[in-house]
Amino acid sequence: MSNKKFFLVGLFVSFLVAGFFSFYASSQPDGLEKATAEQGLDVTVIDSPNAEGVLADYGVAGIENERLSGFLGGAIGVAVVGIAGTGIYFWVRTPKSGDIK
Amino acid sequence: MHMPDGLINAPVSIGAAVIAAGAITVGLKKSKGTLDSQTAPLAGLVAVFIFAFQMMNFPVAAGTSGHLMGGALASILVGPYVAILVMTVVVSLQALVFADGGLSALGLNLLNMGIVSIVVSALLFAGLMKLLPKTRTSIIGVSATVAFISVLASAGAFVFEYSLGGNATYNIASVLISVMSVHVLIGIGEAIITGLTIGAILATRADLVYGARKFLPAQNLVIKASVVQSNV
Repeated sequence: MSNKKFFLVGLFVSFLVAGFFSFYASSQPDGLEKATAEQGLDVTVIDSPNAEGVLADYGVAGIENERLSGFLGGAIGVAVVGIAGTGIYFWVRTPKSGDIK
Repeated sequence: MHMPDGLINAPVSIGAAVIAAGAITVGLKKSKGTLDSQTAPLAGLVAVFIFAFQMMNFPVAAGTSGHLMGGALASILVGPYVAILVMTVVVSLQALVFADGGLSALGLNLLNMGIVSIVVSALLFAGLMKLLPKTRTSIIGVSATVAFISVLASAGAFVFEYSLGGNATYNIASVLISVMSVHVLIGIGEAIITGLTIGAILATRADLVYGARKFLPAQNLVIKASVVQSNV
């Protein structure tokens, strides 16, 4: 499989999972939330300063339709992480022999 | 596994942030220019993939879910130093953009889900591969095992941090049992997803898997040779 094809397949799978399949993800508390609640440790928890942010909890504030809100949240997330990930790419790649060092 | 704000006190949160910052600095230094033009694109892709799969909570027990953490996967796919950058990008953006994980707890989350899980994964992967035959099956099995242990290590790190700076009244033995028992189940999910992903990449582009490169050299050469030929 060529590098380009591999990369596109990986990106497409990630997009599908974040944008579409995440709608079917379990909305139950995760392991840490559950355990800390069980042990009564959650009494000191405070909301994150950006808990009311536009993209809080992977949805888009103001969009009532959960499926659409989750799709946009996931798609924006993949794009934002993708841009930051491109930064990692430029950082870790070996400069080509012709590049100015 | 994303810790909210307020769970652990300021001194321990700051201490974790300092350790995380130190590890990220090491990651930045050691990873610069280490991947060639074939493997470098994978670094960014792994971040996107882990971000996406972290959204995919799976049920683990009555009323409880878990999701991929990804530290082991990143460490095996791109090596521990690049993996630190990958997990830093994912966990930081989750907290800053999506309010998943607290802001004052960001250092703790970077430490547990990133650094602890990556360091444990990298050491364990190298150690187990020394003992086993250098085959694809071994690599997949070791990847899954390492992924399972990495989740327990992250959960254990949380319990340790809580014992140092927990804000509520607690019984540390019962916190330990409660946190670890649920993360055994989540670790099984982590092992399955990590094993399947490594298996799929080994089947298509084994040369891209950092953890496999040392052990599958012949195949690596064949792939490179065919690329050269097609260019001629």
